[in-house]
This record gives sequence, C-alpha cells and structure tokens, in this order.
Amino acid sequence: MSASSQPLRCGQVLNRALHELFATRDDVHLLGEDVLDPYGGAFKVTQGLSDAYPDRVLTTPISEASLFGVAAGMALRGRRPILEIMFGDFIALGFDQIVNGIAKFREMYDGQVTVPLVVRTPMGGRRGYGPTHSQSLEKLLLGVPNVVVVATSECHDLRGLLVSAVEDDRPVFLVENKLMYGRPNRRPEDGHVGELEVRETGARYPALTFSGTGFGEASATIVTYGGMVPVVLDAVTDLILEHEIFCEVVALSQLLPMELEPVLESVARTGALVTAEEGTLTGGFGAEVSARVQELAWSELRAPVRRVAARDGIVPSARPLEDAMLPGAQDVVEAIVSLEGVRR
Amino acid sequence: MAALPDLYERMFFIRRFEETLLDLFAQGKLVGTTHTYIGQEANAVGILDHLEPERDVVFSNHRCHGHYLAFTDDAFGLLSEVMGKATGVCGGKGGSQHLCRGNFYSNGVLGSIVPVATGIALAEKVKGTGALSTVFLGDGTLGQGVTYESLNISSLWSLPVLFVVENNHYAQSTPVELELAGSIAARAAAFGIETAELDTTDVEEVHDAAGRAVARVRETGRPFFLVLDTYRFSPHSKGDDNRDPAEIEERRGRDPLAVAGPRLDASEREAVEQACERRLAEVVEAAEAAPAAAPEAA
Repeated sequence: MSASSQPLRCGQVLNRALHELFATRDDVHLLGEDVLDPYGGAFKVTQGLSDAYPDRVLTTPISEASLFGVAAGMALRGRRPILEIMFGDFIALGFDQIVNGIAKFREMYDGQVTVPLVVRTPMGGRRGYGPTHSQSLEKLLLGVPNVVVVATSECHDLRGLLVSAVEDDRPVFLVENKLMYGRPNRRPEDGHVGELEVRETGARYPALTFSGTGFGEASATIVTYGGMVPVVLDAVTDLILEHEIFCEVVALSQLLPMELEPVLESVARTGALVTAEEGTLTGGFGAEVSARVQELAWSELRAPVRRVAARDGIVPSARPLEDAMLPGAQDVVEAIVSLEGVRR
Repeated sequence: MAALPDLYERMFFIRRFEETLLDLFAQGKLVGTTHTYIGQEANAVGILDHLEPERDVVFSNHRCHGHYLAFTDDAFGLLSEVMGKATGVCGGKGGSQHLCRGNFYSNGVLGSIVPVATGIALAEKVKGTGALSTVFLGDGTLGQGVTYESLNISSLWSLPVLFVVENNHYAQSTPVELELAGSIAARAAAFGIETAELDTTDVEEVHDAAGRAVARVRETGRPFFLVLDTYRFSPHSKGDDNRDPAEIEERRGRDPLAVAGPRLDASEREAVEQACERRLAEVVEAAEAAPAAAPEAA
C-alpha cells in the first residue's frame, strides 16, 4: 500500500486474506449460510470465494447446531474448515457441539486428535438490529476450556489474525464486528495510530498498547477489544482534551486463553485499570480480567478495577434505546474520571 | 467376510466382557458409569464386519463398548480405560463413553455425534478416500433435532454416511411409545435417504442386511439408514431397571447368542467360548495390574 492510498476496509482485508488462504492451502474449506456468489455472505466477507473455489465453499442449510459438528468432523479428519456464522448471536445454537465436542475431543481422547477449525462470526450492536442480532456473546466462550477466542479490531493485523487462526491446531473463534467491516483497517504506521503511540506484542494473536504520553506518566490503563477499541480511543482523546488525563489502552486480540502480560505491564506504569467491553456486565470479560489483575498486581493498584460494559439486559432495536444500553465513549470517560486518585 | 464361528465368537466375547464389567462394578473395582450392550451384540458384530478399520470411520454413542470391540478388538485398551488406568485407550480421560482409537470415536451426548459423523463423511469425500462414516443412533437419539439436520445435510450433499438406528425400545427408562411418534424409517425416507428395516437378532441376517447397506453407500456415495429392532437385557446403566421382568424374559428367547449358538457344532461352540473366557481372564488380569492414571497426566 502506498503512503497516499486509503487503507482497505476491514471487511476487504478479511476477504483478501480468505482468498490468499484458499490459494495457498488446499485443505481449507468454508461453510456458512448465504456465502455463495454473487451474494458473498451477509457481510460480504466471502465475496468471490465460491466463484474461485466452488468445491471448497459450501452454502449450508440453516442448521447452526449441526454445522459446528460438521466442521468439527472435518477438522478431526485433517481438513481446516472455516465456519461462518452469520450473526454471533447464533453461536447459542451450537453450544452442545462447542462445549461437548469441539472443546473436548483433543483432551478427552488423550491428545490423539486435533480440531483445527475456525469459527468466524460478527458480534456487536449499534446498527439497530435488535435483541437477537446485536449481542456480544463472546463472554459465553470465555468459560469454555480448550478453545481459543480471538477478537479482531480495526487496528489489528486482520490478515495475520485470520491466517494464524487457520494455522492453529486448536479450535479458534474469530470474533469479528459488524461496524468494523466497513471501516478502514487503521494499522499502526511508524508506531502510531493518529496521535497515539502504539506498541504491538509479538504473540501469535498480538495485543496493541496505545499511549498518549510515550508510555510514561499515564494515569490509568483501559483494557478492551473488538468493536470497543475505536470507542475507547475516542474516549482517550476526549480525556486528554477535556480533562487532561492521559491513559494507556491495551487492545487484546487473544481473549482466551487469557494472557494479560501487556495489561500487567501497563498497570505497573499507571496503577489503575478500567475494563471496557460491549457485552453485558455480569460474568463478562471485565469480571475475569479484574479478578486476575487483582490476584497478580494487587500492590500495583491504587484503586479498585472498574468495569465498563452494557447493562444486563437486551440490546433494544430503537437507536436511542440501543445507545443508552451499550457502553459509549462517555461511559469510559466517566469511569476514568471517577477513578480514585486519577488526577495527579 | 467372517464366517459364523467368528461372528459368534465376537458376540460371545462382547457379552462376557460386558457381564464382567458389571461384576467388576459390583466388586467396587470400577467407578463412574457404564452402559452395557448385552442383548444387542448381533448389531455391532454383523455390521462392523463389513467395514475396513484402516479406512472406514465409526462414531458411536454412550453405549459404545460393543461397537468398539467389534471394530478395534482392543479389549485391554477398553477395560483399562473404564478402570481408569494409564494404559486405557484414552489414558483414563475418556472412560466408558468417550473412546478414540484410530478411526473409532465415541461421545456421550445423545445426538451430538451425528453431525460430527456427517462432517467426517464430508472430509473423507473431499479427500477421496472412499471411506464410509458409520454412526450408531438409538430410538432415544431420534428425539434430538440435530439428527434431522444431519439427515438433511448428508442427503443434500450426498455424503457416505451409514446411519444405524438400534431401536432397543427404551430411552433410559422411557419406553419408545412415550418418546417417539410416527415411523422411524419414514423419517429418513422423507429426506430422500434409502432405508432398510430389520426385526431380528440373528447375526447372520443382520450381517446380510448390513452388507447390502454398506455396498449401497459404497456404490452411490450417498447415505443409508438402517433400522434394527433390538433389545438390551441389561439395565440402561447399572442398577436402573424398572422394566417388567416378564418382558425381559420373553425377549431372552431371541437372545442373539441363543439364536446363533446352536448353529455351531457343540464342540466348536465350547472351544470358542472357552477361548473367549481365557482371553477375557488375561485382559482382566492385565488391566487390574496396570498402573492407575497418574494425576500428573491430567
């Protein structure tokens, strides 16, 4: 990409990565509803794929409960299926297969098998799709041992995440985001996204740490992922301009197994932590993160960890109601401003 | 293809293996649970003789010992698995219901295995191995929605799946009349799947019918739905049996061992049975002597 050209939209990056994977590996298959051309998937991520690889792109009946099992069977027998679940809400239909099959086969068969499948699915609201097409249900997967949960964001290397997921011998849930598809993939350039300095870990599923102060003198850390990344980055800008409070932001991609090293490193610098997720509060990502950080870094914290999340309820359809229910930049700002000792 | 003495020997070994498991439970040497196959032996033996263990795939359910023994002949791996020994086929992690060895798999949630077996058939089809994916269902499994999704998918995509329904007339304690409406075979026929129904405990009849079913899957590359009327003499699990003893006694007249046994020469039958007893005693002795699964392997 030349410096002058616009970055590709996230959906296009994922689409190109799929084409690349199909061109380079003949063991990759894609299954999903309405994935055939010219439709190319509800969010157009699979466009052009079935025309190019008709034998390896299967449009399926509306049978999510079984499709998880079908993909698992393919993976057990040496294929690398990618299962597209049209809306993340529909993973609820697959939970028997996820919990009692996909997550268990490798360990309960004593390592005789692997289940290298990838489930791609969009989560998140802010499009007015209502209670069953807007949720962020990835937290339900965080309690399932032996699966990998990876959240994409518009600042992550989306090609890298997808390729790594396909090459992973473990079952990987790649959580995409509906708003992200249409937005530019804002990769760090010269260590920056906009005005913020960015560090990226070398992990298979990297974390990005953003800082407005060159990684010194920040007052708090915000850990987030997925569709909340741009929301939190907006909040960080607002905190600098309106409140003169500087924060670091850790945007994880690997949510499970939970590896919090970048969070702990940041908390060691800042002494305070806010978690931010779009899903509902109770039993969520922030609950697990705060439990771990308090176990591992109690002495670093000068205030209790605070959680920003959706209220425990449905995601309503009407936009004013949806906006009220989902966490926004202002909620993040308020959480930071109200942290004990945040103003130095 | 195996001759009658071999089929009889396999059935007799499964019978004695399962009876031995129940004895070991009674002696407190086993923990957990088991679902024995006593009475249904003709099905596993008659069907699986037609498969090639190096190529074909079997996915079984909670009542999987008979299928496992008929397909793998690995009595020591199974017994030590059920006994929680390190030498178990899954190192003691799976136990009675969760087995895997080579091309054999089993899992413990009813219906859950059917889509997985369907996906296995899809993988083998795209790999061009010619393998057949066999999955064992029961009358109880027909209550699970994924069974019908899998019938639809396997027919729609022309997948080489042999669905075997062993209708033993009980879902745990619930008689089939209280859990199932309509015709079993018509369920599959509605999806455009070829079916066959058999009401017999004669291993030779099962063997013939299964041979035709397997041949059809190999010829057409399409699914086949084989419905076998059967009966288990043992409880669902260990002691949980509320059935009328008179009903069980009546069915004992159709015990597959009693049907096939008299066709063997008496001395041959005795020799076969004694060989099974000797082998089983060795397996039990070896499994009892094997080391327990070690906590550090967890």
